[in-house]
This record gives sequence, structure tokens and C-alpha cells, in this order.
Amino acid sequence: MEGKAFKRVSKLERKNTWIAYSFLAPNFIGFAIFTLVPVLFSIVLAFLNWNGGSFDRITWAGLDNFGAIFKNFSFTRSDLGITVRNTTVYTLCTVPLTVAFSLGLAMVLNKATRGAKVFRTIFFFPYVASVVAICVCWSFMLMKFGPVNELFKLFGLNIDKSWTQSRQLAMVALILVGVWRSAGYYMVMYLAGLQGVPRELYEAATMDGASGWQKFRSITLPMLTPTTFFVTIMMTITCFKIYDTVAIMTEGGPGRATKMLVTYIFDLSFVQIKYGLASAVSMILFVIVLVITVVQFRIEKKWVNYM
Amino acid sequence: MTTEKIRNHRKTGLNGKAVGNAVLLLFLLLFAFLALIPFAWMISSSLKLDKDVFRYPMEWIPAHPHWENFVVIWQKVPLHIYFKNTAIISVVVTFMQILTSSFAAYAFAKLRFRGRDALFLAYIGTIAVPWQVYMLPQFIMMRSAGLYDTLWALIVLQSFSAFGVFLMRQFYLGIPNELSEAARIDGLNEYGIWWRIMLPLAKPAIVTLLIFTFVNTWNDYMGPLIYLTTDSVKTVQIGLKRFIQQYSSDYHLIMAASLVSLVPVALAFLFLQRYFIEGIATTGLKG
Repeated sequence: MEGKAFKRVSKLERKNTWIAYSFLAPNFIGFAIFTLVPVLFSIVLAFLNWNGGSFDRITWAGLDNFGAIFKNFSFTRSDLGITVRNTTVYTLCTVPLTVAFSLGLAMVLNKATRGAKVFRTIFFFPYVASVVAICVCWSFMLMKFGPVNELFKLFGLNIDKSWTQSRQLAMVALILVGVWRSAGYYMVMYLAGLQGVPRELYEAATMDGASGWQKFRSITLPMLTPTTFFVTIMMTITCFKIYDTVAIMTEGGPGRATKMLVTYIFDLSFVQIKYGLASAVSMILFVIVLVITVVQFRIEKKWVNYM
Repeated sequence: MTTEKIRNHRKTGLNGKAVGNAVLLLFLLLFAFLALIPFAWMISSSLKLDKDVFRYPMEWIPAHPHWENFVVIWQKVPLHIYFKNTAIISVVVTFMQILTSSFAAYAFAKLRFRGRDALFLAYIGTIAVPWQVYMLPQFIMMRSAGLYDTLWALIVLQSFSAFGVFLMRQFYLGIPNELSEAARIDGLNEYGIWWRIMLPLAKPAIVTLLIFTFVNTWNDYMGPLIYLTTDSVKTVQIGLKRFIQQYSSDYHLIMAASLVSLVPVALAFLFLQRYFIEGIATTGLKG
């Protein structure tokens, strides 16, 4: 009896399984060919020697590619060192600034009674605007004779050079555009977070005579830690993948002053045609992103305050 | 507290509120100014002659707007072809993503089968791998398949996203199972349930996926940069980049072309922004 019932269930299950597979197939076939296989291929490629051309030119490299990219490693000289440093600097500046601005925008917007929707649309718009158009626009505005330098002149600050061609300012320009583009996007997440903070907490604090700053420090910030946590991880990973703005605004220059990890991978892949080396650097990027995710989830418990 | 004191207290409270509102509005306007100023400069410059773009004091509204700039750019580069290509890619990719994602997500959310969790984990796992890590092997494969320098390359690469499946699955999970069970008793098969019950109910998720995919595909820069080299298959983004390189000192024309490239996405955003913003707030995932 028991066996019979089991048989019937398994038959039904098998039928269900085929139906399920038919639902999955259209997406899975494409996903497997164009994502899963390349992901696995990229790992293998990092251990091969292949500088383009037909498949028979592939030789086994073992760890040679990693040896080559780590050769003479230095944060000021070697390509890998410089690109890791630049990407880290960019990330460490862009993430906190974006968090501050998006939180600020969200708080101001959350208090606004009239026109909140219009302002929300305005703040968000830089994020959907296409990257080439806004990057070239910012590049022009930051040119030697551009309006930004002209504005600084009014305050007695003579910059007198194009930001994107200056060793010190090229990175600042990228950070500026990075923050400007994404603040409105993360603002939306903070707005959702703020809506989840119970009003009673503020009311109680007001009764106790808390100042605005105290309320911000002891209610808003702690209640928003899940949002901040989420925003920080996403933003950090996005920053480590930066390519578009660099390619359009500075091309990694001047010299290697703004050359990023992905710029380096792109260069090795499609300009120098060193597939093995490119994949080795890709693995570094992957490991960095992975480590960030793991570390941030580890420390999550320490400072995230889930209700 | 005497009544007088209370009245005074209220008064200052009210004044404080008025001041607070004024400060708030000031902040809002300042931020709006910062968000919009590059676009204002873009519009202003696009209507000038190149020699006037960097002339000070700046003329925000040109006294003699040069509307012909917007005609000239179409003659300099085949913008209409770029637009056509981008439209083809964006529309096909968006359609394919919605179709295949919503279909596959149904299996993950509502059906039980062997290997479901492992498979789902593979999907989630690849979302965590940056595309830049495997763009090269992908490129090598596509080139071997003879798809290099064709629109097909971008269409097949972006049509099957793991992210879309994830987003749709999360939404389906929120739809009560009783609905599909009732339909099953009424004799509807699984495909019927997907088509008649799940899809109509999942409209908000579909619209979110639609706008995200459309905007991301339209704005994609790196994909077309890698795959498209011939002018006849270029998209707006790299077409614009070509324009910038070729006419690097024609600031006014570059700004005009940039402005034109923004229009479709700006319109899509303005009409569907509610879904876009709410989509981010609820799904909270990347663009």
C-alpha cells in the first residue's frame, strides 16, 4: 500500500518536474550558454596562455598569469597595484559621499509637504540619463575655461586647468560625477527606509525634549542601518566595477592616474589581446567583490539594528 | 504654565515651523539646482555657436538660438541608424527578458521539482559575479559563433537575465497559492495558470522589469563598445562617443547630439517613473 502511494506520488512528481523544466528551459538555455559557461570558462582561462588567434594556440600556463600580474607588485608602479589603488580610492570617496547625500536628500524629501514628487523625479533623473551624454557634459563643464572653473574664480580660486587632464583633479572629477549620478538612486531606498521608522519614536523623543540632532543620532540613523548596510554593499560593488565614466571622461589618464581595475581588464582583453592575463585580473576583481560581500555580511550583525 | 506662556510657546513654535519649512524648501531647491544644472548647461550650449559656449558672462538663454544645430548633427553622423539599432536591441531584449523571466520564475516560485533549490542557487550565484569578470570568455564565444559586430550579439547576451528571474520569483511568492490551486481544480493547466492568473497579477513587477531593462539596455555603453564596430550596427551611446571623437571641438554640436540621445529615456522615465521608483524601493535591487 505504502509502496503504491509512493509510486503514484513519484509519478506525479516526475510529470511536474517535466512541466517545471519546460517553464525553465527558455531562460535556462540562454542563461547557461551566455552566463554560466562564460563564468566557468573565465576561471579556466586564467590558467591558460592565449594571446588571441585560433584555439590551437592555447597552452597551459598554470599560475604564470598570476605570477606575471603580481610581478614587481607595487601600489605606485605595477599596473595591478595602481589600478587596485585607484579603484579603492574612488570607492572609499564615492561610497560615503553618496550615502551622505542620498540620506540627506531622502530626509529633506521626507519632510517636504508640497512638491515632494516633483523633487523626487528631479533628484532621480541623473541616474537614468545616459552615461555618455552626462559624462561629456561634465567634462566640458570641468574644462579649463569651463563654467565650474569660472565659478571658482568668483571665490578667488584659480584652477586654470582641465580637471580631467590634471593628475590631482581627474579622480575628483570622477568621484563628483559618481556621486552626482547615484545619489538620487540610493535616495529612493532611503525614502523607503524612512517610511518604516515608527512616528511614535519621534513623538516620544520630542516629549522627552530631544533636539533635532539627538533624534537623528538616536532614532533615524539606528533605524536606518539595514538600508545603510544594503546601500553600502551595493554601492561598493558598483564602484569596484567602474568603467564607463572613466572611459569617457579620462580614459584612465593622465598617465595612469585614474586607471581602474576594469579599465585594466578591458585593456588586456581587447587592446593588448592577452586573454590569460586579462582573466587573471578578472579573478582578482571577482575575489575582491566576493570578499567585500562576505566581510560586509559578517560585520552586519555588529551594527545593523533589525527591529 | 500660564495661558500667556502657552500662547507664546505656540507662537514661537509656529514661527519655528515656518522657518523650518523655508529652510527645507531652500535645501530642496539647492539640491534640484545641483541635479539639473548640467542639463541646463547642455541645453543652453546646444543652442549656441561653438565659440560662444565658453564665453563669459554666460548667456544661459541664448539671444539668438541656433536651432539648426539640431539639424546639422543628423547630417554629420547617421544618428537615425544609431537610434534604430538601439531601439531594436532595447525592445527585443526587454520583450525576451520579460517573457523568459516570468516563465522561468513560475517554476521557481510555484512548482516543486527535483534540483529546484540548487538551480536557483546557481542563478543567484551568477548575479553576484560581476559581468566584467566573464565578458572576455563571453566575447570569445560570441566571436567563434560569428556574432561579432552584429546586433544579435547584444540581443542574445542580454535576453536571459538571472536578475529578471529573481525579481519575478520574489513577486510570485507573494501571490497566494490558493489562487493557482483553485484554478487547477477548475481544470486549468500550469501554462494556463501562468498566462491567465500569474501574468495579470504580476503587472507591477513586469512594469518594473520592463523599465529597468529598457533603460539599462538603451544606456548600455560597454557591451556595444566591445561588440559593435561597423557604423551600420552601432547604438546611440557609442555613436555619440564616435561623434565626440570626430568633432571634438564642436562643443555645441556634441551637446546637441547628447541632448537628443537623452530624449527617449527621459520620456520613458517621465511617463513610467512611478513604477520605476516604486520598483527600486520594493525590490531594492541593482540597475
